[in-house]
Amino acid sequence: MTPSGASGPAGQNGQPPLIRLSAVAYTYQGPPVVHALKPLDLVIWRGEHVAIMGPSGSGKSTLLNLIGLLDRPTEGRVEIDGTDMGGASERDRAAARARRIGFVFQTFQLLAHRTAAENVMLAQVYANIPRRRRRADVMAALAQVGLAGRADALPTALSGGEQQRVAIARALVNRPPLLLCDEPTGNLDTTATSELSDLLAALNHGGTTVLVITHNPAVAGRAGRRIMIRDGQLSEQAGTHPAGHNGDHHGLAVG
Amino acid sequence: MGLPWARPNNSTVSRLRARDLGSEALAGLLQRPGRSVLTMLGTVMGIGAFVAIVGLSQTASGQIGAAFNEQQATQVIVRDNGAAQSLNFPPHADAVVDRIHGVIAAGVWWPVQFSKAAVSAMPAAGQAGLAVPVIAATPGALAASGAMVHNGVLYNQFHQSHAQNVAVIGAAAAAQLGITSLENQPAIFIAGQPFTVVGILSGDQRLPALELAVSVPASTALRLWGPPASPAQMLIHAQLGAAQVVAAQAPIALRPDNPHLMKASAPVNPAQLQHAVTASLNTLFLTLAAIALLVGAIGIANITLVAVLERTGEIGLRRALGARPVHIAAQFLGESTALGLGGGLVGASLGVLTTLAVTIYHSWTAILDPRIVLAAPAAGAVIGLLAGLYPALRASAIEPAEALRR
Repeated sequence: MTPSGASGPAGQNGQPPLIRLSAVAYTYQGPPVVHALKPLDLVIWRGEHVAIMGPSGSGKSTLLNLIGLLDRPTEGRVEIDGTDMGGASERDRAAARARRIGFVFQTFQLLAHRTAAENVMLAQVYANIPRRRRRADVMAALAQVGLAGRADALPTALSGGEQQRVAIARALVNRPPLLLCDEPTGNLDTTATSELSDLLAALNHGGTTVLVITHNPAVAGRAGRRIMIRDGQLSEQAGTHPAGHNGDHHGLAVG
Repeated sequence: MGLPWARPNNSTVSRLRARDLGSEALAGLLQRPGRSVLTMLGTVMGIGAFVAIVGLSQTASGQIGAAFNEQQATQVIVRDNGAAQSLNFPPHADAVVDRIHGVIAAGVWWPVQFSKAAVSAMPAAGQAGLAVPVIAATPGALAASGAMVHNGVLYNQFHQSHAQNVAVIGAAAAAQLGITSLENQPAIFIAGQPFTVVGILSGDQRLPALELAVSVPASTALRLWGPPASPAQMLIHAQLGAAQVVAAQAPIALRPDNPHLMKASAPVNPAQLQHAVTASLNTLFLTLAAIALLVGAIGIANITLVAVLERTGEIGLRRALGARPVHIAAQFLGESTALGLGGGLVGASLGVLTTLAVTIYHSWTAILDPRIVLAAPAAGAVIGLLAGLYPALRASAIEPAEALRR
């Protein structure tokens, strides 16, 4: 029962999948040696909204680090848009992180001494965005997450939900096709969690591929696809349709 | 299949522009302004001390006029370098040296030593004398010392060549001996020998000892008490600027057979003297300044390392946002360099102010090489850069996934 891409090497209008993991495994060399991910396959198409669920220590974050090019797999291939990035140079991987992937973390990872706008702007520094364009893009990203009026607020003056929305604005400011969220609602109350799920759904509706790791059934419930991970192995949750707003291909076939 | 972003072109490569690096480094330092200021202190002190020392030394070397001492500059002393209990100056030493071009006056003198206090105003042999020192001096030595009499005369070449029992006494010695006037030709007794006092000195310039002593012709001392127990010396009054040349020629003129018996010492050129003094002081202070700089560098290295450990999460975030290891290293190198540069700027300013304050206090003219002042902040920046190397290397080696887990 190996999950695999259902649509072959090229589906979705002849384009390769946004993400294709082939026989990807990850082992922490320890000591102790931990086989965090057993060899697994996963395909995610453009426009999908995918939730990855699983207990603590099941390998969720390891999977996200591999997809986000923050770590390299011990075995297997990590393809993004048809290119193997697992073995690519750090220069190419950094460029991909800067322009193609937006990260949202459970702890927000905002710099405490910088305003909301300055935090968002940090993503533009390494993406080589010309200075004259930055302020406008930042304001647009903040407006997109509903924080147009809080651009000059320090993180300490913002609520948890607002801080996470600043983080999402930072992830969005370079308009990446892929948004990776690691427990984005883990530090938020129910209201903020609900607002954030709405925001992620809206972003997905706008065309961004959203991959969210979550413990929260309500957040997972908004995703088109829900994938369970347990002991480093994937399984598609029964009853979900493996498609986002415009996804029409199965990413993961459960045999 | 078009994969524009997988093969980075100019618009998609991750990079850190110089201006962004500058503002990121500055923002990093301003996160903790108090800590940054304290970290700079070592560099401030080191650079400040360097600038102040160089400034003060340049200023002091420029003040030759103030410390120029004409009296010292025209005096040469020739010491008898031969065996003890002997006199190696020739009998006509004064005349020989007088002939050297540039010599105004010259003469030999030595203190005469007695086993007990020998001078008295009374002829009583058994009685204890007064502890007044006795100096054997040729007339030339009296002249070279610049001695003047306020009463009577100095003994002269006639007295010297006939080894007569005459004496001139210093004003202080005269008071001790109870001699106030020479009207009735007072006599004194030295080790039982009568001497006629021919003059009372009114002070002299080069041999303060004469003021307190009884001086007798060198030939008389030699006849009565034998060669000097402690080495004799010759005092030469030279013309301004001639002292060095006279010092070189005098030993050969005195003892052409064996010039090494004579050791001449010319005054140190005042500029050289000051240079020597400030140079030795400078070495000490520059060493201290170097230590302060080293401590400053260690402080910067230490604080930057602490910042790397504290900001591991931020390093992970920056890597996630597309920073390469070299960008992370540049960020922390930028911060340490900015610390060093800031310390250098403040230190150079304080150094200049210190130099000015001391200069104004002494009413001197401040002299400070502008190149030193301009180089100081650059030196601070280099120190900061070097201090940041290891922390920056550590920071760039942090794995992003690992950093974000913290």
